[in-house]
Parts: sequence; C-alpha cells; structure tokens
Amino acid sequence: MCLAVPGQIVSKEDAVGVVAIRGNRLRAGLALVPEAQVGDWVLIHAGFAITILTPQDAAETNALFKQMEELEGIG
Amino acid sequence: MMENDLIEKLKREMAAAAEALPGSERVAIMEICGTHTMAIRRMGLRALLPQRVRLVSGPGCPVCVTSQGTIDALVDLASRPGVVLATFGDMMRVPGTRWSLERRKAAGGRVAVVYSTLEALDLARQRPAETIVFAAVGFETTAPGTALALEIARREGLRNFTVLPAHKWVVPAMDALLAGGQVRIDAFLCPGHVSVIIGSRAYEPIAARYRRPCVVAGFTAEQVLAGVAAILGQLSARQARVQNVYQEAVRPEGNAEALGVLERVFEPVEAVWRGLGRIPASGMGLTTEYAEFDAARRLGIPWPPPETGADEHGCRCGDVIRGAIEPHECPLFAAACTPLHPVGPCMVSREGSCQAQYKYGAI
Repeated sequence: MCLAVPGQIVSKEDAVGVVAIRGNRLRAGLALVPEAQVGDWVLIHAGFAITILTPQDAAETNALFKQMEELEGIG
Repeated sequence: MMENDLIEKLKREMAAAAEALPGSERVAIMEICGTHTMAIRRMGLRALLPQRVRLVSGPGCPVCVTSQGTIDALVDLASRPGVVLATFGDMMRVPGTRWSLERRKAAGGRVAVVYSTLEALDLARQRPAETIVFAAVGFETTAPGTALALEIARREGLRNFTVLPAHKWVVPAMDALLAGGQVRIDAFLCPGHVSVIIGSRAYEPIAARYRRPCVVAGFTAEQVLAGVAAILGQLSARQARVQNVYQEAVRPEGNAEALGVLERVFEPVEAVWRGLGRIPASGMGLTTEYAEFDAARRLGIPWPPPETGADEHGCRCGDVIRGAIEPHECPLFAAACTPLHPVGPCMVSREGSCQAQYKYGAI
C-alpha cells in the first residue's frame, strides 16, 4: 500500500486522468497535482498522483521498482 | 559521475563521519517506511554501512501497524447483510483474532478488492441498494485519496458510500517511540513518499524536542546511503536537525492540496497501533461534517475497537514494529511463519520487515 509508482499522464479530464504505468493504462485521480499536464510524469499512490516527477526521477524510480519485482498492483 | 563512483564516495563519507561519532556504542538509525525496508533489504545496503551503524525498521508498514481489533472490525463488517467491504489487496491476508478477510470472503463474506477509492465510489454508484464500506487504512500517502472520495460522495449525495476511518499520522508514532524510550533510536531516516505529502518541515518538532536528526531520503541505493551519510554527519557534529536529500520530490511544506483535503475531512483522534498501543492524535477520525459517512457509526460497531490481548500464537510482530527485535529473533520466523503461511502481518505484507528479511536475507 505504501508503494508508489511513476506514471505518465495520457489524458486528463477535470480531476481524473489516464496514466500509463509501465505499459498499462490506469485511471488516476489528479486533484492533488492540479498543475499537472498531459505528458507529465507523476508519482501514483493508491490511484492518486501525489507529486510531479522529473523524467529522470521517474526513470530512476521505475528502474528501482523493476528491480524489486514488486509491481503486483499499485494498491 | 557513474553510479558506482557515487556509492564509493558515499561509503567514504559515511566512514569518515562514523570515525568522528561520539562514544563507542553502535548508533541506531530507524527507517519508518515500508518501501525503505524493502529497498534496504533488497539491495543489501546494510552491508555497505560502517560497523558503528545499525539500521532498525520501525512502524513503516501500514498493514502491519493496523491493530488486531481493526482487522476484526473489518471482518465483522464484511459479514453484515447488505454490506460490501472494499479494501486494498494487501489487507486481505492479514490474520485477525479468528479470521482474515480472505478466509471470510471464501466463507461467504462480501469483500471487493479495489486499487483506489475511485473504484470504491464506482461500487457505490453501481450498487445503490448496498452499503459500501471502504477500509480506510494507510498513512498520509493513502489518506488524501479517501478524503477526496468522501468529498465526491458528499457532493453527489452518495449516501451508501462509507469508510471505516483507520488512517494514521506517522509523526505522532515517532514521538511515542522516543517518549517511550524503550528502543534505542539515534536518528530517523524519514519516509520519502509520506514526506511528499506532509513536507520535511513536519519533522522539526521531533528534531528539536528529542535532539534527533531527521533526514528525508528517496529509495535508490544512492538516496538511502546519502540519507545515512547526512545523519552520520549530523551525529558526529552533535547536530539534530531536519535535512532533505530527496528534493526532487519532497518540499519543506509538502503537498498543499493533499494537506488541505485532509484538514477538511479528518481530525486528529487517538488511535491504537499494533506494537505501540494507544497514541494520542495519531489517527484520522472524520470531522462532524463527514460523520454520516462513518461506517462504524452507521453500522453500529464499537469504534475505536476494543484492544486485544497478547497474540496467542506467539507472533512478535508488535516487537518487530517497535524495532525492539529483528525478525529472526521471533521464534516463529521462517519456521511456523512464512510468506506462504504467515502468522502475523509483518510476514503477510510485501512491505513488512519479516517478509523483506525472509525474501532478501538478513543483510
């Protein structure tokens, strides 16, 4: 539950968007990052983006979680 | 700089700071984040630390700190007619006094696993004749999603959406551990993602009141080692302040939107933590404005739940959570208790200290 994963915003409508997380598309709440735009990388925790990431930080975090083999879900 | 060069540089920095540490005892650095626990074990980072340093896992796994009474209450709710219990998947296998949600579901209880509170809201919209109870477990990272869902439910008049409010604040638990004084903690490696929400400033009272360095770090090997190096630098200079080595993601003031919605929906209440007992102002209760969405009140279950006694199976998760023992010091570890047949939540959860040590070894 404490696991957060980077995702890239594919589309956005009001406070909800679709994010791509390692090839999967998921709905995510964007109300906590109102300034986030389509194309931005965000950190997704339990279905909500909690912060905007630089592409470099997103790549590093992705590599880390791939290493930890823990992407059973984003819950 | 190449990654390995950076790690070598951090090792030299840590070694130099460790040489200058006062006294001769080993210093204990507590991490309070399940993802740190996993990352440290997975990458074998303990082996890279100077002899004088010990890393201790604290109450950083949200599933693990959830009290037995809360699990029992969730099982009770899943057994009520007309109720669907919506929960994150990692709560399913945590054993309560008699049942886990997984076993209760197999025996006819109604439990739906959701990825987010948005899915729990969908359930409420799709099933207007039923009461959806969302198991609101987790720290500051998870709680804003619950708060936002409650705002949506209120706006839409979605009266069949309810939550069992068991979210927790991390800082009061740090305070309670230091005030209790039973476990040696010389500094905190503060949780990266919780800090995204609450901001690095949130640790200032701990650093000031107890004179303990608090350093926020991310999750790569370089981040964790940079955090430890910063802590050792402070300890050897006899300093105790808040430092943030994870500035890409964490700001001093945190996430204003998240803190705003938490403030509107929740108020601090006493909460029971597994291993730590009752801690004042460490739980998130619903404000009067949202009281009608409180599942405990709506469905008439005792809340906060009664405290349960010592674990009858001999599970020592409570001691592991407090950092009083290492997982292998529990007599059940890797014998009666394994990830396939877990006795306690620290072995159930991916973020639990026991599962991390079982999977990745003692280093």
